[in-house]
Amino acid sequence: MDFVRENSGGAARECARYLRAGGPLLLLLALLWRPAWGEDAPQTVEVADPYIELHTGPGRGSPVFHVEGRGATITLLMRKTNWFKVRTAREIEGWVDRDQLERTLDPAGERVRVSEATAEDYARRRWEAGVMGGDFDGANEISVYGAYALTEGLSAELSLTQVLGEFSESLLFGVDLLAQPFPDWRFSPFFALGTGVIDTKPRTVLVQAQDRNDRMSHVGIGVRTYLSRRFMLRMEYRSHVIFTSRDDNEEVDEWKIGFGVFF
Amino acid sequence: MENRIWGIFLTRARVAGGRGVAGRGVFVLAAMLAVCGARAQAPEGDIIGAEPVVQPQLERRTVREDRIDTEDFEIGVFAGVMSVEDFGTSSIFGARLAYHVTEDLFVEAAYGATEAGLTSYERLGGAVTVLTDDERDYSYYNLSLGYNLLPGESFIGRNRAFSSDMYLIGGIGATEFAGDNRFTWNFGAGYRLLLNDWLALHADVRDHMFDIDVLGEDKTAHNIEIHAGATVFF
Repeated sequence: MDFVRENSGGAARECARYLRAGGPLLLLLALLWRPAWGEDAPQTVEVADPYIELHTGPGRGSPVFHVEGRGATITLLMRKTNWFKVRTAREIEGWVDRDQLERTLDPAGERVRVSEATAEDYARRRWEAGVMGGDFDGANEISVYGAYALTEGLSAELSLTQVLGEFSESLLFGVDLLAQPFPDWRFSPFFALGTGVIDTKPRTVLVQAQDRNDRMSHVGIGVRTYLSRRFMLRMEYRSHVIFTSRDDNEEVDEWKIGFGVFF
Repeated sequence: MENRIWGIFLTRARVAGGRGVAGRGVFVLAAMLAVCGARAQAPEGDIIGAEPVVQPQLERRTVREDRIDTEDFEIGVFAGVMSVEDFGTSSIFGARLAYHVTEDLFVEAAYGATEAGLTSYERLGGAVTVLTDDERDYSYYNLSLGYNLLPGESFIGRNRAFSSDMYLIGGIGATEFAGDNRFTWNFGAGYRLLLNDWLALHADVRDHMFDIDVLGEDKTAHNIEIHAGATVFF
C-alpha cells in the first residue's frame, strides 16, 4: 500500500516541488518586466464633439471630473479594455471611453477608429484559447486549449486535459485538426480529428493498478457560437480509442462545454 | 550636407545607445568631430545647393491603435488563511494571472499552496495519524470567470478616492490533497482597489468544493479561503 502510494504520488509531488521552487522566481521576473511606455512620439487627437468627458478611472463606476471642449487637443497615453487614458493640454489626466474617443479627429482630420471585437472579427479570428469542463468516461475533466486558424474553415489545435476520476487520474495531451464547414452560421458545427497521449495514474486507494502511458486517437463533433465581445461558447463530443498494451483497445466517450477567447 | 552627416551619426549613436553609455559617448564625439570637419572643408555655395527647399513632413498623421499601450493583463501574489475541512486552518500563499476581456468580465488562473493540520480525531487520539506529512500538503490550481458586479470608487479619508470593483468569481480546477488530485469547483467574491494605473490591491473570499472519502465516508468538503494580495497590470 505504502509502495503504491509513494509511487503514484511521486511524479506529481516532484512537479509540485519544481513549481514551488520556480514559481516565485518566474513571478518576480514577470513583475520586474514592464513594457517600455511611449517610446514613440505621443499620439494626439482633436475633440470634435461639443465636449469630451474625462472620468477619474477606467470604468463606468468612475465619475466625470473634467470636460474638454471642441477643438481641444488631447494626448493618448494608455488603454485598459475599452477605456483610454488621456492628457489634456493643461496636463489634466483622465479616462475616456471608446465611444467618445471615436468621436474625435486625428491630426489628418479623420475620425479616430478604435476597433472593438465584433462578430466579424470572430469570423476572421486567428488565435483562440479557452477552458472547458466536462465528463470523460464518467470522470470529471478540466481542459485548456489553444488553436490557430489556418483558413476560415480549418484550424489546428493543441489541448491539455486533466481527468480526475474515482479510481484514477489522467493527463491527456492532444493535437487536432478542426474543420468548420459553415463558419457563417450562428451555431456553427465543427468536426475534429486528432491524436494524442494519455497518462493514467491509479488512485492511492487502489493497490494493484499501475501507471500507464498510452497513445490514443479520436474523432469529435461540436458546435461553436459567438457570445459577445471576445467570447465564444463551445460544446463538443469526442469518441476516443486508447491503444492499450493489453489485448483490447479501450473506447471512451468525452463530453465537454466551455468558453473561448479569440484574438 | 551638415544635416545629412548629423543624421547618419545620430542614427548610429542611437543604435550604439543599446551597448551602453560609453558606446554612445564615443559615437556622439565622433559625430561632432565629423561635423566640425565637414564644416571646415565644405565651401559655402555647396551647403546652400544641397539644402532641400522643402523639409519632408515627418509627423505621423493617423492615430494607430496598436501604438497605444494596452494594460489588460494582471499578475500578482496573495496570502491568507485557508480552512481545510476537518483538517484545521492554516496559512496559504499563491499567485494569480488575469486577463480583462471587457470592462466587466475577466478570466483568471490561480495557484495556491498550504499545509493541512490535524483532525480532532488525531488531536485527541494521540498516536493515530490519518495522513502522512506529504499527504497533508495541499495545493490547488483553478481557472475561473469573474464579473465586476459593483464598479465604483472607494474613498480613503475625505479627499482621496480610488477606482474599485466588487466582483463575483467562479470556476473549476484541481486540488492535490491526501495523495490525490481532486476535481474542484470554486466560487467566491472579491474586492479590487486600483491604487494607480498599474497597481491594485485585492481581498478575496473563496469556497473550494471537492469530494473526499479520507475520513471513512464520501462527502463534499467546503474549504473556505480568505486572502489579500497585490497585482500589477501590464
